[in-house]
Amino acid sequence: MALNNNEEDNKVANSAVQTTNQNISRKTPKNKKNKTEKTLTFLTWGFIFFLWYVITKLNIFTPTLLPGPARVWRAFLDILANGYNDVPLWVHLGASFKRLFVALFFAIFTAVPLGLLSGYFDKVEAVIDSVVEFYRPLPPLAYYTLLVLWFGIDDTSKQVLLFLAAFAPIYIACVSAVRKLNQDFVLSAKSLGANQKNVFFKIVLPASLPEIFTGVRTAFGVAYTTLVSAEMVAATSGIGWMVLDASNFLKSEVIFVGIIIMGITGVIIDAVLRFIERRLIFWKGHI
Amino acid sequence: MSAQEKKESLIKIENMSLEYGESINSTLALKNIDLEINKGEFICVLGPSGCGKSSLLKCIAGYVKPTSGRVLMHGEEVDGPDWHRGVVFQSPTLYPWMTVNENVEFGPKMRNLPKAEIKDIREYFLDEVNLSGIGGNYTFELSGGMKQRVAIARVLANYPQVVLMDEPFGALDALTRENMQNLIRNIWEENNTTIFFITHDVDEALLLANRVVVMSSQPGEIIKIFNVDFTNQIFEKGSKEVIYNEDYFEVKNEIMDIIHNQID
Repeated sequence: MALNNNEEDNKVANSAVQTTNQNISRKTPKNKKNKTEKTLTFLTWGFIFFLWYVITKLNIFTPTLLPGPARVWRAFLDILANGYNDVPLWVHLGASFKRLFVALFFAIFTAVPLGLLSGYFDKVEAVIDSVVEFYRPLPPLAYYTLLVLWFGIDDTSKQVLLFLAAFAPIYIACVSAVRKLNQDFVLSAKSLGANQKNVFFKIVLPASLPEIFTGVRTAFGVAYTTLVSAEMVAATSGIGWMVLDASNFLKSEVIFVGIIIMGITGVIIDAVLRFIERRLIFWKGHI
Repeated sequence: MSAQEKKESLIKIENMSLEYGESINSTLALKNIDLEINKGEFICVLGPSGCGKSSLLKCIAGYVKPTSGRVLMHGEEVDGPDWHRGVVFQSPTLYPWMTVNENVEFGPKMRNLPKAEIKDIREYFLDEVNLSGIGGNYTFELSGGMKQRVAIARVLANYPQVVLMDEPFGALDALTRENMQNLIRNIWEENNTTIFFITHDVDEALLLANRVVVMSSQPGEIIKIFNVDFTNQIFEKGSKEVIYNEDYFEVKNEIMDIIHNQID
């Protein structure tokens, strides 16, 4: 009798386990915008284009000041076919993106380890942090001339400038990621037998990934903005240079084309980064 | 029962006190704690919230160094956390970037055990917590009770000499909690584990422990230690008969009185 009772208890527990097993929720893409929000975004852009069209149709400004959509479209097709300044559009874009991605690559591979180490060891932070905090608020153009003097007028100085712009956000994100780390993760790992090295690579690094990625996305934004500044000085290619050169000759439709291309590529790259983020950090928000 | 069995001392806490904060603003969390944990025991520490139960666990785990006194394990002073003392936290600290399997394998992997052995250990303990089918899932796909079971399996996978549990079922609903209590009792029995379990629930303590340590709050001191046998009786009679028993009520009332006196 007594034994039976015990067995029954176990059975109840086991069946409860089995039912919960089937209730495991699957990952659902929560980041997708819903329909109303999509429509709103779409309508906003429709309105902007409409406003643009109406203003140019009413001839409030001369086409030099505000070219109409048709004029900009023609300029775009012309640049696509003949390039700008006899250089094809993809060369301009390629030149810009090479600078951007070389800089981001080196920024990620230096800022991530240094940032994590700074968060981990106060002594490392004491060395690096004040330097980063000092140069971070400086306008890039203020020290760009110096970089040109030191690294030459070629791509190197531009890449160094973008590197510096991208380094700070990633570094800061990494420091804060380690600081905000759930200490129970570290303690439990130690109680499971992990040594200092394992705690760093198996716990601290993956736990910091969500913030590192946010840092990389911010860094990309900052570097992209800095890119135009970098291409202002003695460049002969690049999408930023194209816009600045066009503004010298008041080719406003080219300015429009350049700005629109920059805006769209920015959005696309951020979307790609977010896609990678979703794949790589599928557990984000569950920490 | 314990009189006949040979007691083997595992952990000895000697006149331990713990102070938080700097000299003027310091608070005494634990005062003059003397406690011995013997091999195979299931000790429950009971007390009102803020009584320093968790601090006591942290000292044993090696997360916090006592201000005075010592924590000895096999006669050697505890110096930092290590895998001989496994810890189950109140909220399961499973690593969301690892699957259930990888979480359970974490300890044995850190100790560089051979691959085949790691797999055997993982399978055995996932089975032990009734979760054999879900090893490939990620931990955020599990319910609260399942998470805590994975956390328990992960700690047991190291065969620690003592398992320290800090209100592990505190965040679970009543039904899940009861299942978990049965589960941990069975695991304790089957594997001859030593468990040091913190709770604020008198019933939970009485239904699991063979020794209940009642603590006072601020500063945390041990008021009384009860030797109880209800957990073994449950193996024979089932929980209902044990709970509706005069002996059970007597002990429960005595503990309740102590705790209520503390709060007033």
